[in-house]
Amino acid sequence: MTAARLLSIAKRLGQTLPVLAGILVITFLLTRALPGDPAAYFAGPAADEKSIAEIRKSLGLDRSLPAQFLIYIGQLAKGDLGQSISTGQPVVTELFTRLPASLELTLAALTLSLLIAVPLGVLAATRPDTWVDHLCRFVVTAGVSLPTFFTGLALLYVFYYLLGWAPAPLGRLDIIVLPPTRITGFYTIDALLAGDFATFRAALAQLTLPATTLALFTLAPIARMTRGSMLQVLASDFVRTARAAGLPGRTVLFTYAFRNALLPVVTTLGMVFSFTLGANVLVEKVFAWPGIGSYAIEALTVSDYAAVQGFVLAMAILFVALNLLIDIAYTLIDPRIASEA
Amino acid sequence: MDTQAATAEIPSVTQPLLEVSNLTVEFATRNGTVTAVRKVDLVVAKGETVGIVGESGSGKSVTSYAVMRILDRAGRIAQGTISFSGIPLHDAREDTMLDLRGREISMIFQNPRAALNPIRRVGRQIEDVLVRHSQATSQNAKVKAIELLKLVRINDPEGRYHAYPFELSGGMCQRVVIAIALACQPRLLIADEPTTGLDVTTQKTVMDLVADLTRERQMSTILITHDLGLAAQYCDRIVVMQKGDVVETATAAQIFEAPTHDYTKRLMRATPRPGIAIRDLLPEDQARAAIELPARTPGAEPILSVRDLVKEYPRAGGNLLAKFGPKKEKAAAPAFRAVDGISFDVGVGESVGLVGESGCGKSTTSSMVMRLLDQTSGAILFDGVDIAKLPAKAFAMHPLRAKLQMVFQDPTDSLNPRFTAFRAIADPLYRLGGVTSTDEARARVDALADDVGLPRALLDRFPHQLSGGQKARVGIARAIALSPKLLILDEPTAALDVSVQAVVLNLLVDLKARLGMSYLFVSHDLHVVRLLCDRVIVMKGGCIVEAGETEAVMTAPSNAYTRELLSAAPHAPL
Repeated sequence: MTAARLLSIAKRLGQTLPVLAGILVITFLLTRALPGDPAAYFAGPAADEKSIAEIRKSLGLDRSLPAQFLIYIGQLAKGDLGQSISTGQPVVTELFTRLPASLELTLAALTLSLLIAVPLGVLAATRPDTWVDHLCRFVVTAGVSLPTFFTGLALLYVFYYLLGWAPAPLGRLDIIVLPPTRITGFYTIDALLAGDFATFRAALAQLTLPATTLALFTLAPIARMTRGSMLQVLASDFVRTARAAGLPGRTVLFTYAFRNALLPVVTTLGMVFSFTLGANVLVEKVFAWPGIGSYAIEALTVSDYAAVQGFVLAMAILFVALNLLIDIAYTLIDPRIASEA
Repeated sequence: MDTQAATAEIPSVTQPLLEVSNLTVEFATRNGTVTAVRKVDLVVAKGETVGIVGESGSGKSVTSYAVMRILDRAGRIAQGTISFSGIPLHDAREDTMLDLRGREISMIFQNPRAALNPIRRVGRQIEDVLVRHSQATSQNAKVKAIELLKLVRINDPEGRYHAYPFELSGGMCQRVVIAIALACQPRLLIADEPTTGLDVTTQKTVMDLVADLTRERQMSTILITHDLGLAAQYCDRIVVMQKGDVVETATAAQIFEAPTHDYTKRLMRATPRPGIAIRDLLPEDQARAAIELPARTPGAEPILSVRDLVKEYPRAGGNLLAKFGPKKEKAAAPAFRAVDGISFDVGVGESVGLVGESGCGKSTTSSMVMRLLDQTSGAILFDGVDIAKLPAKAFAMHPLRAKLQMVFQDPTDSLNPRFTAFRAIADPLYRLGGVTSTDEARARVDALADDVGLPRALLDRFPHQLSGGQKARVGIARAIALSPKLLILDEPTAALDVSVQAVVLNLLVDLKARLGMSYLFVSHDLHVVRLLCDRVIVMKGGCIVEAGETEAVMTAPSNAYTRELLSAAPHAPL
């Protein structure tokens, strides 16, 4: 780790501050721009003008926008995102339990996807027009052409209904198993940390089918990008130099070619991650997964503004953090990027 | 020459180090099998330097890839034998080849920066080879790598060990590539255009380095090049290849004194060299048919006057301290002056050469004159108007823009791949020439194609369907479409084969005589400048170090740097 790299990482960290400030302003304005009167929702259908005005006052909605913004910031600083109308729970609590569920599902799916897609892409690139290459092309095409809810249902039909290998699609854990003590919020990891292998196995069993469903979908872009990027790097001059120097195939492939091919793969990975986290609501619905996607959809349909605001804010911060991680990964992989900054 | 003297003493009775006989290499393409190399014979004795000379597509690189057995997937050795000190290479197993490559036979490549892994420290790349061939263990690899960096005469080898290729200049990268190639003391070194793209002075130091090291170690070398002058200077024997065939093999002296094959003769004729006129580059019958060039009228009033032109760039790589620190530290890093107050004139009908090595500011100067780049200060009087006052962005639609045109270095990259040749040439006519109807454009483009000698039938082709020379003609036709008064030529023939270059250079002088244009010719090739330009300006570090009549500067340079440039340029002993 050189000074230039550290400096570029520090700079990148500094750049996230204005982005976060912008996100705060936009989520605030966005919820104010939503149709409908939050005070009227809070007051309920039976309320009259006077009680609505009272509630408006108690919510601080009668003040000017800048004053409201300051209050909003003040509440945020205390970790208060307001209350959900539909569930009556504080939004923070809901996000706190549901976000790890979504993250666990997405991360498991992406890990699985990476484990298959990257070797497949590398193999396909080293053996173009052989059966591996054709297999890669087939898997990629099938993965993107099947919608996730269909793959999910098909997997359920085969592995739960026909074969009975998978547990019932009823959320993160079978109801007879108690969730592990919360440390990370990821049931599998928490169970392992607690040394509770039975719970771990149960959580993993629940996770397998939805994660596979998502993995099949995310396989395509990653495998495609790995293959294309590897093909390009393998045809480059420095790979030829390495071969001409007699370096063995494995060194050429991994030390020389693969690391250079990684950058576009990491970029794709970041995009796929952001996309899946928001878009896995269909998978969550099929498997009754108590994730953040289904929460947001429910909140939107009943105009639950605090919940929507909390969701948008949480997702935005997550994406900022993710992009930061990807940029840091860039500087670690490619010294040229660190020196440009 | 020393190398020749050394090899003359080597007895020729010993078994040759490398013997290629009857080699045919084929490539499987979508349009069937293409034979890249046909029945080639090549012998390299111990300690000998053999040059393989030819133009693009001659099969010279493919031959060497076949020897190394690093042909790409589509290529295969269809016929013939390759024997390296008794070992048959043509059907050797891959693991035998893995042991031989880098240890017994090494290779250095053109474009050294691309030939190194961009994200691995150069020292580690040298170590990879050392460790691979058991020349070093992980304990002493670093010491040995630094020793090798010393051997190839890199300044501060300990520091450079940790450098990435992008932190080194092109010449330094080539030294690293040489260090990798020589790490395991191979017996045969194959150098594939090792100095293409490097400056002449760098070319000389790199080639001298290779020659010294190979002589010290009694190595054999195959030098693959398109440059006859370079081959003549460094090789004992020369093999001339054309379209996959070896057309002539002889000692360097023989081949230049008495070439036997027509192609060799043509190649030698087309190579720019001192003491000839531009028509001498063409084959004899064409040279006789060429039009008489008008004598130069000296003292013409200038079409372009550049006065005190400066371009500054903020110093790159400034750290945070320098940016936010006290004023004193800011002053310590003054702006980088790419062009440092230069003044020159180009007369009407005159052609002026702008010469210098990479980083001397010649391209920055031409970009400012072309108004692609805003200057920091100074005046550019074009046809009496100070165009330096016009911002670069506004100049694109200025009426004077039509009178100032440019021909670019890379004929491929400077054409839109989705435009046909017709569309490329018609583009300026539509934008600035007031041409609106297709019929008018067709007529004008047809006339322009005739002017530059581009067959009209080719006008509907896309750039990838044209040869390098044809693309160069399209670029020239596009530049003269609006009858400019001044044409800026930025190394217009650097990417072309010598025989094509000969034709394009002659086309340029014909057009200049016919259309009365002035040329500002930016180039690093002194021989070409000498043939084409009336006056020459030598730049170094953003300043003009010498300027004057071409013949005077070339024959009696007053500046030490000009002398260095002239002596570094390779020339065939003709």
